[in-house]
Amino acid sequence: MTPLLAAAVPTQLVRLAPIDIVIVVFYFALVLAIGWYLKGRANTGEDFFMAGREMTAWVAGLSFLSANLGALELMGWAGSAYQYGILATHWYWIGAIPAMLFLALVMMPFYYISKTHSVPGYLKLRFGESSRALSAVSFAFMTVLMSGVNMFAMAKVMQIVLGWDINFSIWVSSLTVAIYVTLGGLRSAIFNEVLQFFLIWAGALLIPILGLYEAGGWTNLKLQIAHRASEQYVHLWSGLGSFTTNPMGIHWTGIVFGLAVVISMGYWTTDFLVVQRILAAKDIRSAEMAPIIGAGFKMLVPVIVILPGLLGLAVLPEKLVPESVAAVTGAHSYNDVLPLMLARYCGPGLLGLGVTALIAGFMSGMAGNVSAFTTVWTYDIYRPFINSKASDHHYVNMGRWTTVIGVLISVGTAYLVMQFASIMDYVQALFSFFIAPLFGTVVLGMLWKRATGSGGFWGLLCGTLCSISMWTWVKVDPTALRYVALSPHAKGLAQDMYQALWSFITCVVVTVVVSLATKPMSDSQLSGLVYGLTEVPAVGDVPLYQKPLFWAGVVAIVFVILNIIFW
Amino acid sequence: MISIWFFIGISLAVNGALILAAGVYQLVNPPVNPGVVLFHLHANVWWGAVLLAIGLLYCFKFAPRRTS
Repeated sequence: MTPLLAAAVPTQLVRLAPIDIVIVVFYFALVLAIGWYLKGRANTGEDFFMAGREMTAWVAGLSFLSANLGALELMGWAGSAYQYGILATHWYWIGAIPAMLFLALVMMPFYYISKTHSVPGYLKLRFGESSRALSAVSFAFMTVLMSGVNMFAMAKVMQIVLGWDINFSIWVSSLTVAIYVTLGGLRSAIFNEVLQFFLIWAGALLIPILGLYEAGGWTNLKLQIAHRASEQYVHLWSGLGSFTTNPMGIHWTGIVFGLAVVISMGYWTTDFLVVQRILAAKDIRSAEMAPIIGAGFKMLVPVIVILPGLLGLAVLPEKLVPESVAAVTGAHSYNDVLPLMLARYCGPGLLGLGVTALIAGFMSGMAGNVSAFTTVWTYDIYRPFINSKASDHHYVNMGRWTTVIGVLISVGTAYLVMQFASIMDYVQALFSFFIAPLFGTVVLGMLWKRATGSGGFWGLLCGTLCSISMWTWVKVDPTALRYVALSPHAKGLAQDMYQALWSFITCVVVTVVVSLATKPMSDSQLSGLVYGLTEVPAVGDVPLYQKPLFWAGVVAIVFVILNIIFW
Repeated sequence: MISIWFFIGISLAVNGALILAAGVYQLVNPPVNPGVVLFHLHANVWWGAVLLAIGLLYCFKFAPRRTS
């Protein structure tokens, strides 16, 4: 995620009309009504934490995507598109689609068949209690902190865009999320995420439509961008042969191996925030189809995120600047490009819908964090280590209380970040430490039966420590970036890519070495958990157009064609 | 159980109706200073109508009496 923090508060970007306020209030009323309606359907652990495992492929797939489609994501990447051009699309295409298809076709059967409640829960089944403890504690801690960081960033954006008071934004949004998740559990979070998905598209799609009309179409837009910035701003791959021939200062190896192979695989296949939505699917075919449906829509997201950023380059009369410069001069920063485009085209009513889309994005991300935190705390920390003999009813109550407490911790974190802004960067960096090595551990666990419990634990620990060490090294000595990212021209995003790559490699090497030096696990222990020892049930006798493999192929072909078109 | 798609239909229909109403009002009473680029396209009229139509379709297709 791109850090989004405005230090200065210039003039408010947009002013809402009464009709806009009505639209925003209606949104809050509807999400609360959904939570209230679903409160009677969250009485058992399976209902509250897993939404009864009865979601269709479409609901699970859209929720899977929506949990990731936060407003910081939208605004941050629109700003990145203004700053780096179409290169930002890599985070939506090669940085997501292959990983989603891999999750659907390779990993999801193991998650689903094991009937685990969570990713740490799978680690417990495959590698034992120590690996689960390490991943559960780090995930729960970082998830709730990330939720607070996002909450503060949202309140800051609402202050800049709408002039709203920060305290008002924090408390209204957090209490709303707390109420509807506490009442309806994961089912309520999923229902609202699907609703939010539609609102985000309804509110944001008009910007590229009107923007392309104003710019005179795609061809004219490219000419204007080449004139105002550089021709490389509209090419995905052709400038990645060298660190110096593209606006991001990154090499194609960083995009392919760092982003596509490690970071995106780690995020989309092991981050429980998104995987939890798929685990709620009603059967194995739905569980496989859901990420494929998500991938199909993920390919379209650049239309409402990247394209507005590129259009901003062409049509906005003013030149946007980095956050650091904006803080001093009071000019608009890159991250303001989406609200600026919203204000440019959207009159009364449409503006309210656009603002609702941003709020919906924030709240879907927050609800995702809170519901994932609640499940991991209850099933992977509280039940195994604190109280293992309680009734199902007790764990549901624990889940409801944990939701409230998780939201309150997030609010506390938001206020902490308000006092010490640098915490935001640290928390975001800390979160990334765990993703790459966790992917190494999980994928080896699923695909290599020789991996042992000790190998999994030490691989995860060493990979994480490797990531932390590199980050600290660059923090202490910024010139070390030339070693971590293989070039003195590398910039911040390139560091993330290579840091993830090295920590993944460390995790894999340590896991392999330790596993080969320790006693193998028996086949009976690994049945249902590892490739080769698990009978994956067939999706049933369904027509070709209902088979996950068919749609994965369609998505993969479209993905390749898009990359060639925008090469 | 009420389908999620019915809730989405309600949301799109209500938002569409409000945006369409605001657009029609501006069409009848054009503001001196519209404050937006491409005002002459009256995006809130046709976009509001599109959302209203999709919302009503969802409300009808996934109405509780039809899905229960």
